[in-house]
Amino acid sequence: MATNILMPALSPTMEQGKLAKWLKKVGDKIKSGDVIAEIETDKATMEVEAVDEGVLSSILVADGTENVAVNTPIGVIAGEGEDASAAPVQVASAAPSTPAATPEPAPAVVHTAPVHAQAHAVEEIPAGTEMVLITMREALRDAMAEEMRRDDNVFVMGEEVAEYQGAYKVTQGLLQEFGPRRVVDTPITEHGFTGVGVGAAMTGLRPIVEFMTWNFSMQAMDQIVNSAAKTLYMSGGQMGCPIVFRGPNGAAARVAAQHSQCYAAWYSQIPGLSVVMPSNASDAKGLLKSAIRDNNPVIFLENEILYGQSGEVPKLDEFLIPIGKARVHRAGKDVTLVSFGIGMTYCIKAADELAKEGVEAEIIDLRTIRPMDTETVVRSIMKTGRCVAVEEGWPQSGVTAEIGMRIMEAAFDYLDAPVARVTGKDVPMPYAANLEKLALPTVSDVVRAAKAVLYR
Amino acid sequence: MAIAARAKSAKSASVPAAAPPALTRDQEIFAYREMLLIRRFEEKAGQLYGMGLIGGFCHLYIGQEAVVVGMQLAMKKGDQMITGYRDHGHMLACGIDPKGVMAELTGRRGGLSKGKGGSMHMFSKEKHFYGGHGIVGAQVSLGTGLAFANAYRKNGSVSVAYFGDGAANQGQVYESFNIAELWKLPVVFVIENNRYAMGTAVTRASAQQDFSRRGISFNIPGEQVDGMDVRAVKAAAEKALAWAREGKGPFILEMQTYRYRGHSMSDPAKYRTKEEVQKMREEHDPIEQVSARMLREKRAKEDELKAIDQTVRAIVNEAAEFASHNPEPDVSELWTDILA
Ligand SMILES: Cc1ncc(C[n+]2csc(CCOP(=O)(O)OP(=O)(O)O)c2C)c(N)n1
Ligand SMILES: [Mg+2]
Repeated sequence: MATNILMPALSPTMEQGKLAKWLKKVGDKIKSGDVIAEIETDKATMEVEAVDEGVLSSILVADGTENVAVNTPIGVIAGEGEDASAAPVQVASAAPSTPAATPEPAPAVVHTAPVHAQAHAVEEIPAGTEMVLITMREALRDAMAEEMRRDDNVFVMGEEVAEYQGAYKVTQGLLQEFGPRRVVDTPITEHGFTGVGVGAAMTGLRPIVEFMTWNFSMQAMDQIVNSAAKTLYMSGGQMGCPIVFRGPNGAAARVAAQHSQCYAAWYSQIPGLSVVMPSNASDAKGLLKSAIRDNNPVIFLENEILYGQSGEVPKLDEFLIPIGKARVHRAGKDVTLVSFGIGMTYCIKAADELAKEGVEAEIIDLRTIRPMDTETVVRSIMKTGRCVAVEEGWPQSGVTAEIGMRIMEAAFDYLDAPVARVTGKDVPMPYAANLEKLALPTVSDVVRAAKAVLYR
Repeated sequence: MAIAARAKSAKSASVPAAAPPALTRDQEIFAYREMLLIRRFEEKAGQLYGMGLIGGFCHLYIGQEAVVVGMQLAMKKGDQMITGYRDHGHMLACGIDPKGVMAELTGRRGGLSKGKGGSMHMFSKEKHFYGGHGIVGAQVSLGTGLAFANAYRKNGSVSVAYFGDGAANQGQVYESFNIAELWKLPVVFVIENNRYAMGTAVTRASAQQDFSRRGISFNIPGEQVDGMDVRAVKAAAEKALAWAREGKGPFILEMQTYRYRGHSMSDPAKYRTKEEVQKMREEHDPIEQVSARMLREKRAKEDELKAIDQTVRAIVNEAAEFASHNPEPDVSELWTDILA
């Protein structure tokens, strides 16, 4: 029986890749476990092993084809002694422009929605500025590289940041440009290297400490909270801690309970820290540059699913977005949707759905969670009278709980309905695909909440 | 740099390694079968990952089979085991049903954790397997806690805590060493030195690369072991387990081993050469060593080994079949098991 060779998924978030090279040709005998092709994703080049045995009877996707969707048939293996020309596939075309309707079991659909590229109404970008389309991953790398060129005190430290080029490839190329003095691989010792970073910052260096993911910052939390955040205060202002802690935060895909946690609410409780969480490439760049120049410790929360998403970033020598300023992503008069980071993806789609039903939602991207730009939120509430706050993290004492309280304090008289929130469910992240989907917020949760506050 | 050459330097370690005594025929057949089961299981898991049936992180144990199987040959009923995220082999060695492990990898209701834990987070109370931990180093303190409970209960059991060369640099490891020796807890610390932590070679991350010496300042004895030779592992394990069981406190075993595959599924493996991997596979493969020895010494016939191979393949295929068709957990499971 002939079997299709399918484009494999090689990482938790891979949806497509480039078929870089076939290592077997039509007619070659194949054993289970043979390396048959090489595949490139935005993260890595990987080898594909054969699952089945037989003869490679045809190649459906040629060397060098880009954007091949996971599970697209890329070749056919015929059983031993079979007519190798008997092609079993019913694929209209394996061309990259028509990836197969991904039958991947239970993808986190809402999760991977592309973020609208343009950052609307950003006062920081002068009219006529040239915009360049890059991924958030590249935007973060560019921000670090520019600041490192500008200031020799800036250096990067963390696990796999140098020779491996970053576990998520965010520090790609930095070692090559800046060398091992300024791009430093550490052992797996979060508590230790965080303390080392904080100590260096107390002398005026400006470390960028990467956590491979924020989940591992819990090993180091004491140094972040007790040392970094409080030094300025405890020294009566003599000695600060200009440090950036950054890395991917929150749920990725199928990495389960210990690797899927949002730290926005956690760190936003601490006086002495700033907490930033960008939702698109442009904000990521402008905010990271500001964070590096900031004289205080900044918690910079990225997201693995957003890393590969492209957005337009202004080509400017000095592109800085101030910490503590929210952005009106979309204007509307009926209801305000407030979120940040990946939470924005739900709001953007929900606003599109609501628009179809004649509801004009205004979307506010907080960008910074601490200090929180209450003013921008309140200004919007004064117009709409209704609010839905959205986050992927847990509900209790969450960022959305804080938003609700602030609106109560500052804009109660303008409210036409109680503030609603949409959050991740109050459970550890399950591994099973169906349960994972249920644990995360959805676009329809946001639409439903918006309608509820509109009494529709 | 071959493992054998490195093992020689073990002579300089705090406790010199003994030449590995031969296994009995039964033990050798057992070791062959168990290691093969792990190898085939992991190959299958890799395939299911490529097909999208397994998601997230998935760390394969291929190449390291002799460590867990050799330890198992020396462990007694009631002894506990705990490890990190590279845990499938440990579970199979404990005698846990491959179907339950594979179904956990695919996130199905028949999985060991009902599909809620996934590859890195699996447990079996029945088999005294305490996980399956995703946070590097965390299992070392927990494993010391298992030993605390053994001492507290005076039950004569020993806890075996496995961790990697990378994990061995975490601070809580040394806090645990101090406690374990101070209170003479029955724990064997097994450092699986496969020479890399993700893309970082031991030489780039560790000031003291002889991991058997990592307990010296706490007076914990240690030994370097050829972790590709199941006989050597078993012999060292017997000594360490006896030491701990007699109330003398912890013991450190550095298993010199090697992983053939990438760190997890999305590792481009640029940090080592193909030749290095190939050399290991050809010259030190733990399974090949056993089968070649048995054939050479005429302890087993080719047919007998082939039959074992077929049985193992059947078990693995059955597990994969089960794991592919078993339903996902009921949606109500989202809200269960949060509080007891
Ligand atoms: C506290 C923490 N930091 C980082 C990671 C990411 N991580 C997972 S495995 C790993 C490498 C560990 O290597 P080692 O201990 O040698 O074990 P091996 O993978 O070789 O079995 C890293 C850095 C993690 N899971 N937990
Ligand atoms: Mg290792």
